[in-house]
Amino acid sequence: MLPEFLQLEVVTPERQLIAESVNEVQLPGLDGYLGILPGHAALITELGLGELSYRKGKETFYAIVFHGFAEVLPDRVIVLAERAERAEEIDINRARAARERAEKRLAQREAAEIDWDRATFALQRALIRLQVAAKGGAVAAQVEQHPAP
Amino acid sequence: MPTLLDFRRRIRSVKNTQQITRAMKFVAAARLRRAQDKVFAARPYARHMLAVLRSAMARVEAFDHPLMARRPEQRVLLLVMSGDRGLCGAFNANVIRKAMEFLRGRPEQTLGLIPLGKKGRDALRKQKWSLVGEYINIMARVEYPQAREVAAQVIARYTAGEMDAVYMVYNEFKSVLVQRLTVERLLPIEPESFLAEAPQATSGEGPSGPAETSSAGRAESPVDYIYEQTAAAIFGHLLPRFVETQVFRAMLESSAAEHAARMTAMDSATNNAVELIDQLTLHMNKVRQAAITREIIEVVSGAAWTA
Repeated sequence: MLPEFLQLEVVTPERQLIAESVNEVQLPGLDGYLGILPGHAALITELGLGELSYRKGKETFYAIVFHGFAEVLPDRVIVLAERAERAEEIDINRARAARERAEKRLAQREAAEIDWDRATFALQRALIRLQVAAKGGAVAAQVEQHPAP
Repeated sequence: MPTLLDFRRRIRSVKNTQQITRAMKFVAAARLRRAQDKVFAARPYARHMLAVLRSAMARVEAFDHPLMARRPEQRVLLLVMSGDRGLCGAFNANVIRKAMEFLRGRPEQTLGLIPLGKKGRDALRKQKWSLVGEYINIMARVEYPQAREVAAQVIARYTAGEMDAVYMVYNEFKSVLVQRLTVERLLPIEPESFLAEAPQATSGEGPSGPAETSSAGRAESPVDYIYEQTAAAIFGHLLPRFVETQVFRAMLESSAAEHAARMTAMDSATNNAVELIDQLTLHMNKVRQAAITREIIEVVSGAAWTA
């Protein structure tokens, strides 16, 4: 008999972000997104930078995960993230400012002294933050569509 | 013989000191509370990480990760976690003494030191030990990125072959009244250390939710996982994280212990001040009484003379 719910736990070194019973989880695996339903086979994966979403009844919640690991068992999902934020926690203005900063830096690509990887990574982070924040529903209208870098 | 005024001044000065120590006690208590919360908040992560490590370890045949490379201990690095400020009883002195003991016990090895906390740094520098790095002003409020930075530096030195082993000396937070000095080896990582249970009762009243019991029960029966990446790759990526959490935990413990030590020290200072004020008041009253008595005698004998 398959379990009906998944116990989702998202922990970072500093705190426990989420501990809830959910119906479905989507994880940003390193090699692509993984959809997990109750009764999933035991699995361990590394996580990339991306959006984690989970469904509770008809409601879907979003969070952002910055690298880490996930352990999946038939009745539970444990996410060990280096950093994680709930959609509603994301500081949109800060993310926007970060995006602009990173874009500006990447625009002057002739300048040798810029740290390319760092800027790209910062841009990625900012974009995913904005994306998740938008889905979180808080300010969906304010965030315009942005082309991928 | 001190005059009445002298006593008044002394009492006022002790009262001022008492106000300061009392305020510091309350500040330390509040910070201790926060530090303790952080210690508890960090536990689920550490616990789950150990579980994953354990399971991955069972899948990996050869441990040839650079962080597990065992070499003869020629060059040893010691992380000394002290406080940034004083007025916390013997807290800093104890860590420094323990660190010295450790260093003196290894005369034939090349030693490097990284103090975390200003007090430790100042003391060790005065003793002419070679400091390969220092982190100050981070112990009062420990944040994970700082632990990561420390860990990154240590890992870099270790994997570069600059150091053969890394130890930490810190105050473990047992309870508000008890700190335990601990010397722990950080690197190389012993595979056996994952088999030990996750850091448990450091101070008893942690929020032990339902997650704790269920995950402990689960650890007993090994599950056959599907690995999205190879077990070895995951294992290799987890190890540096493991070092980070170890450093982070030690820093949190040390920070909590420091606030606890300061709280107790300031509490007894406040009590001592109360006692001192009592004594001084008693003396003052005696002096006052003696002065009054003398004056009465003078008046009476003066009256007798004129009469």
